[in-house]
Order: sequence, then structure tokens, then C-alpha cells
Amino acid sequence: MSIGQTFLGLLESSPRHGYDLKRAYDERFGRSRPLHFGQVYATLSRLLKNGLVEVDGVEPGGGPERKRYAITDAGVTDVSRWLAQPEKPEPYLQSTLYAKVVLALMTGRPAADLLDSQRAEHLRLMRELTRRKVDGDLAEQLICDHALFHLEADLRWLELTAARLDDLAKEVTA
Amino acid sequence: MRGLTDLLMGARLAFAGGRDGWTRTVLTAIGVGIGVAMLLLAAAVPAALDARTARGDARDPRGGQELAAGPATLLVAGADTEFRGVPVRGVVLRPEGLRAPVPPGLAALPRAGEVAVSPALRDVLESGDGPLFAPRLGGARVVGTIADEGLAGPRELAFYLGSDTLSGERAKRVDGFGTSVPSEGFGPVLMLLVVIIFVVLLLPIAVFLGAAVRFGGERRDRRMAAFRLVGADRRTTRRIAAGEAAAAALLGVAVGGVLFALGRQLVPLVTLWDLSVFAADVRPGRTAVLVITLAVPALAVVVSMVALRGVVFEPLGVVRRATGARRRLWWRLILPLLGLALLFPLFGNVRTATADSRYQVAAGAVLLLIGAVTLLPWLIDLVVRRMRGGAVPWQLAVRRLQVDSATSARLVNGIAVAVAGTIGLQMLFAGVQNEYRHDTGADPGRARAYVHVPPAGGIDAVARLAATPGVTRASGTLQADATPAGTPDRIVEVYIGDCAALAELAYVDGCGDGDVFVSNEEVAVGDRLSFGAQGPQWTVPVAARRVQVRLDPVGWTRRGVLATPAALDAGRLGPLTAGVYVRTDSTDPDAIERVRNAAAAVTPLAYVSEVSETEEARRFTNIRRGLYIGAVVTLLLVGASLLVGVLEQLRERRRLLAMLVAVGTRRGTLAWSVVWQTVVPVLLGLVLAVGFGLALGAALLRMVSVTISVSWDVVGLSVALAAAVMAAVTLLSLPPLWRLMRPDGLRTE
Amino acid sequence: MSGRAERALLVADDLRKSFGATPALDGASMEVDAGEVVAVMGPSGSGKSTLLHCLAGIVPPDSGRVCYDGREVSRMGDAERSALRRSQFGFVFQFGQLVPELTCLENVALPLRLERTRRRVAERRAAEWLERLEVGDVAAKRPGEVSGGQGQRVAVARALVTAPKVIFADEPTGALDSRGGERVMRLLTAAARETRAAVVLVTHEARVAAYSDREVVVRDGRTRDLARAAS
Repeated sequence: MSIGQTFLGLLESSPRHGYDLKRAYDERFGRSRPLHFGQVYATLSRLLKNGLVEVDGVEPGGGPERKRYAITDAGVTDVSRWLAQPEKPEPYLQSTLYAKVVLALMTGRPAADLLDSQRAEHLRLMRELTRRKVDGDLAEQLICDHALFHLEADLRWLELTAARLDDLAKEVTA
Repeated sequence: MRGLTDLLMGARLAFAGGRDGWTRTVLTAIGVGIGVAMLLLAAAVPAALDARTARGDARDPRGGQELAAGPATLLVAGADTEFRGVPVRGVVLRPEGLRAPVPPGLAALPRAGEVAVSPALRDVLESGDGPLFAPRLGGARVVGTIADEGLAGPRELAFYLGSDTLSGERAKRVDGFGTSVPSEGFGPVLMLLVVIIFVVLLLPIAVFLGAAVRFGGERRDRRMAAFRLVGADRRTTRRIAAGEAAAAALLGVAVGGVLFALGRQLVPLVTLWDLSVFAADVRPGRTAVLVITLAVPALAVVVSMVALRGVVFEPLGVVRRATGARRRLWWRLILPLLGLALLFPLFGNVRTATADSRYQVAAGAVLLLIGAVTLLPWLIDLVVRRMRGGAVPWQLAVRRLQVDSATSARLVNGIAVAVAGTIGLQMLFAGVQNEYRHDTGADPGRARAYVHVPPAGGIDAVARLAATPGVTRASGTLQADATPAGTPDRIVEVYIGDCAALAELAYVDGCGDGDVFVSNEEVAVGDRLSFGAQGPQWTVPVAARRVQVRLDPVGWTRRGVLATPAALDAGRLGPLTAGVYVRTDSTDPDAIERVRNAAAAVTPLAYVSEVSETEEARRFTNIRRGLYIGAVVTLLLVGASLLVGVLEQLRERRRLLAMLVAVGTRRGTLAWSVVWQTVVPVLLGLVLAVGFGLALGAALLRMVSVTISVSWDVVGLSVALAAAVMAAVTLLSLPPLWRLMRPDGLRTE
Repeated sequence: MSGRAERALLVADDLRKSFGATPALDGASMEVDAGEVVAVMGPSGSGKSTLLHCLAGIVPPDSGRVCYDGREVSRMGDAERSALRRSQFGFVFQFGQLVPELTCLENVALPLRLERTRRRVAERRAAEWLERLEVGDVAAKRPGEVSGGQGQRVAVARALVTAPKVIFADEPTGALDSRGGERVMRLLTAAARETRAAVVLVTHEARVAAYSDREVVVRDGRTRDLARAAS
């Protein structure tokens, strides 16, 4: 996730201090991984340098942390462009799992067991996410669902691969 | 053009729709076939009766002016009798020359001492009963059988007896056979009966036809949905469905033709109301055949279109339009009221009505009976709407009926119509039967039979009859016609017999031999009576007592002069007719046949009539039994269609049934719910049927001016028959239900 | 293994079942403890539903044993199994499980009434369950008049109304969209945990299976009990 554009988006609704920005970000998007202050100020200075934000005012008392930042017109344009542009779907063409399966088959190890234990691991995580989801609010639910759908996709791949192991073994060992 | 293609497409589907399509087509075809065969049979009845009448006319002696004896004349006398309640046509023949005419069906005239018999009579003679009939032929040798063209029907009992003693006075002189006298046709009451019989037996068939073309509708619906999926529009699917229905119905017409042809061969084996019919005579008219062939497929198409009215084929399935609308009463009442309105003008005067009124009767009866059909869904709704609670099976059944009463009502329609019709018809019969009994006024307690012995029979007829085994008493009078002097136009009957015999004709208290009584006000003491133009004369003695006439055992009033043998010597009056009342041992059913034999031995021209009250009742009982059989056959047909309908409904709910069993529902619970689901509409249908049947019966009785009396045994029997058929259907539907409740039903997807 | 089996509420041991020549189950074994939610997963045609039918005593297996609470279900007669299903088990299927003519309330009350509970009592309990499953407002409607999700929740209420020990759910969300499916699963598992009912959940969807405590995978009629294999 692009922290810079997310900051710009947060600043567009109202100017904020650096500390407020971090708190807003963590609350909405960073539940599992809060930002470091270092990351916050590095990003803000980059945005400042590129003319996307400006210092709106300085609270008395000095120090970098007391600056209030506001978005510039160029910044608004940048946010619009970012939101309008679809994310590139990740193709996942380089899969560790696939490599493991092929290697297991090539070395005569039980590939089915590998798939099964991976599947159990996936489901374990899905259960945990489901539990969080059931107890959480809407934001939590959406975030968990996003992960769940991805994990489910992996699981489907595992199922399909398991069903085709015999064919794959033939190709790999041929 | 598109339309035609669609229709043909549907027709092809009827035969090429896989096993499902086939089953449906075959079921429909068999159902329609049975219906068509019945319709053809009904249509053939008038022709069969006409053919019968035509042959009857052809064999009657030609009428006309008095003939002189000549080489081409024949003396003919009737010698009709009865055997075990079946009429026997007997004819005594005496040719007067070599060119004497031969009646139809005979190769040659039997000579004296010879007899030609019908095949059925030959069977009787050759059976164990033969000796009980043979004496009536006077020991004549059977020389031939009467061919079909000389018989009214295949089971007719008839004989032509040769004679060389038949005299011109007692016989008719003819020079040929065949009359063109128009027959009187059915009397108005009989006409009414026939019309009602047709309506009552055919209406359920029509309902059955309607049900038959709906067989397998569920699967057809799914097929149509598949057509929509591949791009057919609604009108196209409708046309395809129409083509399919028409094709199945056409096949049904063919099946019906075959069934009719086969069934026709069985017709000669049946005798109803002493009528039997040759297979060759069972020939429906060309118009009737044309109408049936066109109308049945047309009906099939109409019914399937009507059935599709509430169904919308969508590409992904079949949508049934909700039947939430409250059923309105008023239009449902219009039909039966219209029927009553048609019948009402005929009340009391059907006996004098014209032949055209039969259409009015038929239309009225049909409309009235259809009222039972139109009111049924409304009644089911009315009764079931507010029902709640009860045990689980009851709740399931009631709720189902609340959601869809039309389907159940449709299943019960046939039963309702059949029962209503049967009740109406049987009521008419019971009423008319009573009327006949009252009319005869006969008293079987006083005599079992009346034997009429034509002159030349001999004075000893009474003695010979009395000596017959099984006869407990015979009393008879000799009867002579006399003319009072001075009034040549008047005829006075004179009865000569002993006091016991005279007591049957009048209240002759204190009678002794030598007494004379007068029961005719027009005769006075001292009147001079002459017997025949040049015949002997006799004066009514002054001592003759005036007495009150008494109904004789046959129910007739015989007024006249009653004389004991000592008062008037019958011997000097020449040959006289004898009338003998015979009482027989009631435990000996053959006694009456021996009486007939004895009478025939006196003279073949003697006629024995059984005292009629029991006789008429028996005939009516026979025909009523026949009608009950007809009703049972109809009910079985209707029951078969009901069974198919119930099974289809069950199959449709197969998944639900399996699911209910899976959650632990007792099979008995479900079976009971199916039972209730059938029983409730049937009960309501029967209630309506009884109501409409009684209404029809009452209307019919009013038409023939007979006091309305409800014969509850008729109602009971009709309802019991219907209930039995229903019970059978329900029982038969249980094994398939059990099969459908297996958990396999869960694995449909 | 044996220790667990003794404690387990429901045990299936080496079940085999064929329909005609096709084997549906070919040596399937699993256990269900009281109060746990077990997902039975596997590709379509793997025999999941047949396994559920055998466990629930709907279909007797050709060979193998099913024991519930120490009683051998696979040896019971039809009437006895029927009574067991009625009193101890609850069922949720994919679709078509509600009697279309009865109102939703009557549908939910039906299992109680089959157990001869008086109608008023049965319907009051049914109404409570409809409220708990957030479909109190459809009580008077017929199943054809409610949405798929509402219908499934009514079905869940029906499964729970007899306070069963085991609920068998066969693709309970199969006919629903994700959101409706999630809601049904959330309510079903919450209610089951609350009433300490075990759930046997047949599904091919991982997200639905994620509501379970553990899963059993069926493949070609055989089970692979992963959690057990691991522990």
C-alpha cells in the first residue's frame, strides 16, 4: 500500500499534524502493522519536496512534530489519479507452493501430504480470521474478508492441484 | 407457417421425447382411447336400436286388407311366451299353398310337427333347462335355426312352429312379410331415461378425457422450460405444447377405434333389458365418428391450453401463477341455475313434450351436473380456509388444500359428476318404478299368473292347469261376448265359472251354484243377451243379484254378467275363451314354466302372463343393476385418472417427502397427510354430488309428475361405490408413496 | 485414537456404501465430539453428503459402524433411526427443505409437533427461535414469500428448535450469496455453541468451513482427518 497517497487522501479531508496522520492511518488501515514515526516523517518530507503538501502552520513551541500539513492542488490531482487508476492484479506466477510440490514429486516425497498440511495451515488461519471477523466491526469484517477470499483462492488451487497430482507427477518425472 | 412448424415439432416430441415423453403420450393415449371407445359405443346405440327395429319390422306379417286363401298365402299366429323371465317370440305358421311366403331368417317353412328355433333358444333346448321348455313346442322336431336377419338380437329367444291345424279365425292370413308402419319410438318417459342415461354415463367420460390429456403435465412443463432456454418464445412453446397434446390425443383416437372394434365383439354376449345386439349393428354414424375424431383432439388442445393459463414457462423453470384470488361464487352458480331453468319448463309436461325437448333435457342435465364441478373448488376453499391446527398430518393436508384447492378439486371432479348423475338417474328410476307398480294394481298374493286360452282350447283348460305340478290353485272362467237385444252396438261380457272363480271378479257373497250376478250397471235383470249374430240367446234371470265389481288379481276391472255353470250351460255357447288365474308354490321357481307348458299343451296360442308387479320390478332391478355396473366402470375410469393425478402430485414433491423423512418424520404421518389430502376433497365432492344428484333427481321426477321421494339407499349405494373407489385409489397410492419417501430423493442434484 | 473415540458423541468407523455399482463411501471414518463444529470438505462427488446421510442415520451403510452416544445407529431399525433423527438431530439442507404450504412459524414448529408437543407450546418456542435467528418478521409468511437467506435462517431455526445434540448441515449456504451465507453461518454456529450442539457441516467452500473447529476431508469416498493425523 502506498503510504504517500494514503496520507494525501487523509490530508484532503482536513490539514493534520504528523502525529494525527499516523493515528488516523493506524486506526483505519494499519491494525496489524502500525507505522513508525520515522516512516511518517520520511514520507511527509518526500511529499513536501515534491510539492504535494505544504506546511499549513506551526504550533508554538517549535520542533518538527508540531508542524501542521495541508494538501496542495498538485497533491489533490495526485490523489485523484491514484484512486482512478486500477491496481494491477498480482499474477502470483512465482509460487513457492508450486515449487515445493514439483520438488516433492521430483524427489519422490509425498506431495499429497505437503498439500494437505498446507491446506490445514490455510484453514487454521482462515478460522482465526473468521473468529476475528465475527467479533469485529464492519471495517474489521471487510479486512478479514479480503484476506479470507485470498486464502480461499489458494485453497482452491490446493484442491485442484491435489486432484491433478498424478498427471503432474507424470509430467515432472518424464 | 411458423405456427404449423411448431405444432409439428410438438407432435414429434410426443413420440420422440425420450422415455418420459413416451410414458406421457401412452398414458394420455390410453386414457383418451378409453374415452373415445365409450363415446363411439354411445354413438352406436341409436343405430343399433334402429337396425333392431328394422329387422323387427321386416319380419312382421304384412298388413293390409283381408285376403282370401290362395296358393301364396300363409296363416300366421302369435304364440309368444316367456322363459325364466325372458320373452320368447313364438310364431305358428301354416302355409295355404306352395308359394306361401317365408319369413326372413328361414330357409323354408317348417312343416307340421317341425320347428325352427333361434340359436339362443337352441342353446336353451340343449341345456339342462331344455325339458322345461320343450313341451311348449308340442314335441315338434327342430329342423333348423333362424338366421341373423330374422332375429332382433343375437340372444333373442324365438321359434317358428309349423302347423296343419291352424284355422283362419285364430290366425292372420298374409302374403308376405315386412311392414312399413312407422314404429312409435320411445315413449316420453323412456326417452327421458335414455337421454339421462347418456348424460350420466358420458359426462364423467368427458371429465375423464379432460384429465387424461393432462397426464404427465409436470414433465412437459419442464421440457417447455428447456425450449425457452434455447430461445423459443412463449407463443412458440404454447404451440409446441398444443401440438404435443393433439398428437397424443390423435393416437388416443386411434387406440379408441381399436378398443371399440374389440369391445364391439363382446357386445353380443351382453343382454340388457331383454335386448341383445349384433356386433355388426354396433355401428356409429359417420357424423358421430367425424365429430368424435375431430372434437377429442380439439378438446385435448383446449384443455392443455386452459391448463397452461396459470403457467409461465421461463427459461430457468416453470412458474405457476399464484392462485391467491378469492373464488367467487356467483358465476359458479350460473351454470347449475341455467340447467334448472332449462329443466323447469318441462316440469309436469314431459309426457306431452315434443321430441326436441330431449336436447333441452340433455343440456339442462349437463349444466346442472357441471354445477357440481364448478362449485367444488369454491366449496373446498370455503371449508378449508378457516381451518387451523389439528394433528400434523391434518395440518399438512389442510395447508396444502388452502394453497391449491384447484388441483385436488380437479382430481375429484369426475367422481362428483359420476355420483351426482347416478343418484339423479337412480332416483328417476326408483320413482318411475314405483309408478309402474301402482299402475298395475296387481296382487301377486292372489295369483301368480293369468292364462289366456283362446277359444277351442277346451273347457278342461282349468282342470289341466290345476293338475300341473307346482300349481296350488287354479280358478278360471269361460268368457263370452254378448249383445243385449235391441242394442247391437253394445257388447256385454259374460263370465261363467264356479263361485270361487267368480269371487275373483266381484264381491259375490253367499254364492251358490245356480246363482247369477251383475256387476255392470248397463245390464238389467231380464235383459235378453244374444251370443253372436245367429248364436244362442239367454235371458238374465230375475233372481240375478247386482254386486260390486272387484279388481281381479291382475288388476283389471271386469264388469259384466257372472253366471255359475248351473245357471248358464257354457256348452251350448260354442267355443269360448278361458281366463285362468293360477297360484303356484312360491318355493318352486319352475312352476310358472310348467304352467306355460301346460297352457301350450292346451293350445300353442294360449298366452301366460305373470302377474306383473314383481315382473316390472324385476325388469327395473335388472336395468338399475346394469346402470350401477356402468357407474362402477365409470368410477373405475375416473379412479384410474385420479390415481395418475395423485402419483404425479407425489412425484412432484419427492424431494420434500424425502427431506421430511430425513428430519425424522414418521412415514405414517406423511401417509396420513396424503390420505387426508384426498379424503377431504372427496368428502366435499360427495356432499356436492349428493346435493346435485338429489336436485337432478327431483327435477326429473317433477318432469314425469311423480311425487318426489328421496331413496336413501340409492344415495347410500352411490356414495359407497364412490368411497370404495376412492379407498382403492388411496391404498394403491401408498406403495409408491413409500418408495418416494426413501432418502434417495435427497440426492436429486 | 481409541481414547478419543470413546469420548466422542458420534463415531463413524470404516463406512462403505455403494449406489448401484458406484461406490460413494469407501472406508470413511470420523468422530464428532459434543459441542464441536466439524467441517466435512471435499470436491463434489467425493461422498461428503453420503457420509452425512450415514452419520445421521438417514441411510444405513453397507458395512462399517455408526455409533451415537454409545448406541449403534447402523444396527437400528427404520423407526428407531427415525425417532433418533427426530429427537437428537437437527437438519439444514441446501434448499427445498421447508414445506411450502406451511407458514415459516409452522415449519419451525413442525419437528416439535412431530414429537407430539402441543401446538401452542411448539409455536411459541418456534417464534423465539425465529427471533434469535433474526427472522421474527417472516413468521406468518410462507417459504415462497421470503428471500433465500431468510428461508435458510428459518431452516436453521427449525433445526435448532428441538434442542438437538447434533446439527447436520449439508451445504447450508450453497444457494446463497456470500453475505447471506456468512450471516447464516454466523447465526448457526453461534446458536450451536450456545446450546452446546455439535455441528456436522458438509461444504465445499473453505470460507464456510472456516466457521468450524476442525475439518475432515473426503476424497474418493475416503476420509483424511488432518487435525488427528497431525496431533
